[in-house]
Amino acid sequence: MTTRVLVPSGVLGLGFDHSALAAGVAAKPDIIAIDGGSTDSGPYYLGTSTSKYSRAACKSEWKLLLQARQELQVPLVITSCGTCGTDDMVDWMLEITRELAAELGFKLTVATLYTEQSTEHIKQQLIAGRISPLQPVVAIDEGAIDAIDHIVALAGAEQINAAIDTGADVILAGRATDTAGICALPLARGEHPGASWHAAKVAECGALCSTNPTSGVIAIDVDDEGFSVWPLAASARCTPHSVSAHMLYENADPLTLYEPGGALQVADSHYESVDGVKVRVTGSRWEKSEHYTVKLEGARAVGYQSTLMAILRDAHYVANAAQWSDRLTDFLADEIRSRMQVEENDFDIEIRLIGANAALGELETKSSGASEIGVLVLVTATTEELAEELAKLINPFLLHYPLTDNEELPTFAFPYSPAQTNRGAMYEFCLNHVMKINDPMDVFRLNVQTL
Amino acid sequence: MATVGDVVKKIRSKNAGPYWLTIDVFCGTEQVYQQMLSILSVDKVAALYQVPVDQIKCFELSTLNVIKFSFPRSTVQGSRFDRDMHGAQMSVLLSELGI
Repeated sequence: MTTRVLVPSGVLGLGFDHSALAAGVAAKPDIIAIDGGSTDSGPYYLGTSTSKYSRAACKSEWKLLLQARQELQVPLVITSCGTCGTDDMVDWMLEITRELAAELGFKLTVATLYTEQSTEHIKQQLIAGRISPLQPVVAIDEGAIDAIDHIVALAGAEQINAAIDTGADVILAGRATDTAGICALPLARGEHPGASWHAAKVAECGALCSTNPTSGVIAIDVDDEGFSVWPLAASARCTPHSVSAHMLYENADPLTLYEPGGALQVADSHYESVDGVKVRVTGSRWEKSEHYTVKLEGARAVGYQSTLMAILRDAHYVANAAQWSDRLTDFLADEIRSRMQVEENDFDIEIRLIGANAALGELETKSSGASEIGVLVLVTATTEELAEELAKLINPFLLHYPLTDNEELPTFAFPYSPAQTNRGAMYEFCLNHVMKINDPMDVFRLNVQTL
Repeated sequence: MATVGDVVKKIRSKNAGPYWLTIDVFCGTEQVYQQMLSILSVDKVAALYQVPVDQIKCFELSTLNVIKFSFPRSTVQGSRFDRDMHGAQMSVLLSELGI
């Protein structure tokens, strides 16, 4: 048997070529699968349980995919709803789906798969010794878990298949591995496991595995021996190099991909061009692990941040920006100590010089030849009020602070008013662990509703 | 002086999850691949990125003419002292290395 999966894009909200989607629909896939999330944009989205992409962008693309599904009458799956895949974000996608079903006059059965974990449950599992750290080890204890705002477990193919097995038209899944929604149906239909996972890894970023990455739409055929992959945009091609190189992407180990229940091994995979557009891959292996584990992600608030920005354009200050910044940092520490009743541990002030070494910090090897320097001041504090107060105290000195005592006060460029921007809470990722479970559905919850 | 970036086809870096950084050196040809194998040692990468040698994983992928280095991020992605959320500018250090 062969199972055909259509992947419209690497993520919902990023856009795709509409004519390529039409070509994908014409190819009559057995399922449409798209990912909706990633940790790649940082801990804020999981910490706040919000989406990186705009609702309008997601809704407009989801409309096209619901229409494609209606025409094909095959399941439509989205994993990692709303960037972070929390329960709120599954419900957010459900609400969008509900609105579109009404607008389009579609009657839909929708399965929702929830993957969020309570801190209580995770603490119990930690005590029971069922949670293990990955490398690099991030130390956790019960107190650290209590401080986490949201924890998700990453679903694999088994949980997506449980949702597909309900017979739902649309599957809205919480956090899952990037590959889970794509390889689920091929695995359920008994296609080659190594080929199913490898095909999913190649297709998970959409057309990034082709010569035209922005076109988005990609298709895979998985059978009992291997898989084929090809892009749907007229101008795009997959080559053995573009396909095999995709195992490198955002993957620390290019030969092994760890997933719930096992690992994909591609060291012996063979890549062959079929017709200049399609690539055939064989020889990929799936190694089942002894225990079934799921990866955990967590984010917690670690303080509040206000920022300030100034621009140095005066050549003397540009040339001596680092010295000026060090002197200002020392001065501010004294000012804050003498004028505010605040504990040293309750705040941190960091100045980054844009145009000098803001991206690389102490790793920078080049000296700047910039004509101007952006001064970014990051104020982090235990409360929002303290962060704003500190930023306001810093404001006049950032504007006028001199390089030496015996000179006229300079005035630098502020790009806007107010000079400080309150960024609210800042978050950190705080879990790099896997959790052992007996049955794949043990920590996941599935609902079915008709819209 | 020529740099690594001058002779290879492409160098890119990216997060591999919030705790890892991975750098891919696409050499383009077998000849450049062999040249880079002799130049881009784990020791050199450790010094450039200030990470312990034993934390660096190096993969030599001769069929792709690619050398890949992966190591734990010195600051966790998005934490207070992180300067590059996606880790995508980190590759310049290797790209600008003189040969």
